[in-house]
Amino acid sequence: MVSVTIELNGAAHVLRAGRTLHDLIASLDLLGKRIAVAINREVIPSPRWPGHILKPDDRVELVVAIGGG
Amino acid sequence: MKLNDTPDESRHAAPEAGLTIAGKTYASRLLVGTGKYRDFDETRAAVDASGTGIVTVTIRRVNIGQHANEPSLLDALPPDRFTILPNTGGCYNAKDAVYTLQLARELLDGHKLCKLEVLGDEKTLFPNMPETLKAAEALVKDGFDVMVYCSDDPIQARILEDIGCVAVMPLASLIGSGMGILNPWNLSLIIEQARVPVIVDAGVGTASDAAIAMELGCDGVLMNTAIAHAREPVRMARAMRLAVQAGREAFLAGRMPRRFAASPSSPMAGRID
Repeated sequence: MVSVTIELNGAAHVLRAGRTLHDLIASLDLLGKRIAVAINREVIPSPRWPGHILKPDDRVELVVAIGGG
Repeated sequence: MKLNDTPDESRHAAPEAGLTIAGKTYASRLLVGTGKYRDFDETRAAVDASGTGIVTVTIRRVNIGQHANEPSLLDALPPDRFTILPNTGGCYNAKDAVYTLQLARELLDGHKLCKLEVLGDEKTLFPNMPETLKAAEALVKDGFDVMVYCSDDPIQARILEDIGCVAVMPLASLIGSGMGILNPWNLSLIIEQARVPVIVDAGVGTASDAAIAMELGCDGVLMNTAIAHAREPVRMARAMRLAVQAGREAFLAGRMPRRFAASPSSPMAGRID
């Protein structure tokens, strides 16, 4: 099985080759949550998650709103 | 003729129109931050007590692997009830600030209103104005409605307005310091020239500070720590609501002139000898 290592929120994360952004977010139990995603600093709107295959060394950012001033 | 039969409408103050930002009018002139509260219940209770229509939130990485099902801030403050104002707290350059707000726009379904702050250093959290200007330009070009945290410098404020920011938000004193309105003269200069709302962002410590900002003619006040770090945040939120209203009314009413000499409140005529 070929695996791919990406950077997920600053830490290394290993997944199977060919996995999409949608697969990743589902595996983290975050589907349906109010989050936003960027890969290599480009925002990827949710309709594009299923078609977006993750590549080695992709820098994936998953963000959420938290309390702040 | 009976006295007090019908109230003389002309003697009643015109109702307050509210604060208009980027074409939308808000009944309250108070904007509140959502940081430093004990929990979301307290956040929501304070927000409700403040009467605000605009709450600012920060964008951060999801805690991977930690309780995907724990409640989120936007469950406590639903975007259909409040205008959510994403901010760039913690950004120290234009690039990060723009990126953060692009993520925020996606997170909030294309919502354009944002609060830009680009900080200069950790000690003062003073705005880095060159980076702020750069970010403001990029964001306005990208279609954002930018409310911008800035120094209390009328020239910088004017430049930001010319760039197309929808509100300028000078600090009254350092973020989180609670030192109050330290340079009312600069704020007055900004207010005098501004064609967009001027909102004091940062420095308010207690209700009288908020009232002073409003009496100067500010269009609104944004605060976080003054409420969240009060001994009773919900009560302070209510105090701030009243202070902002009172300060605004006093501004509209127009204060009496200051004089050195005393002036008796009772008429001299008809005194009993």
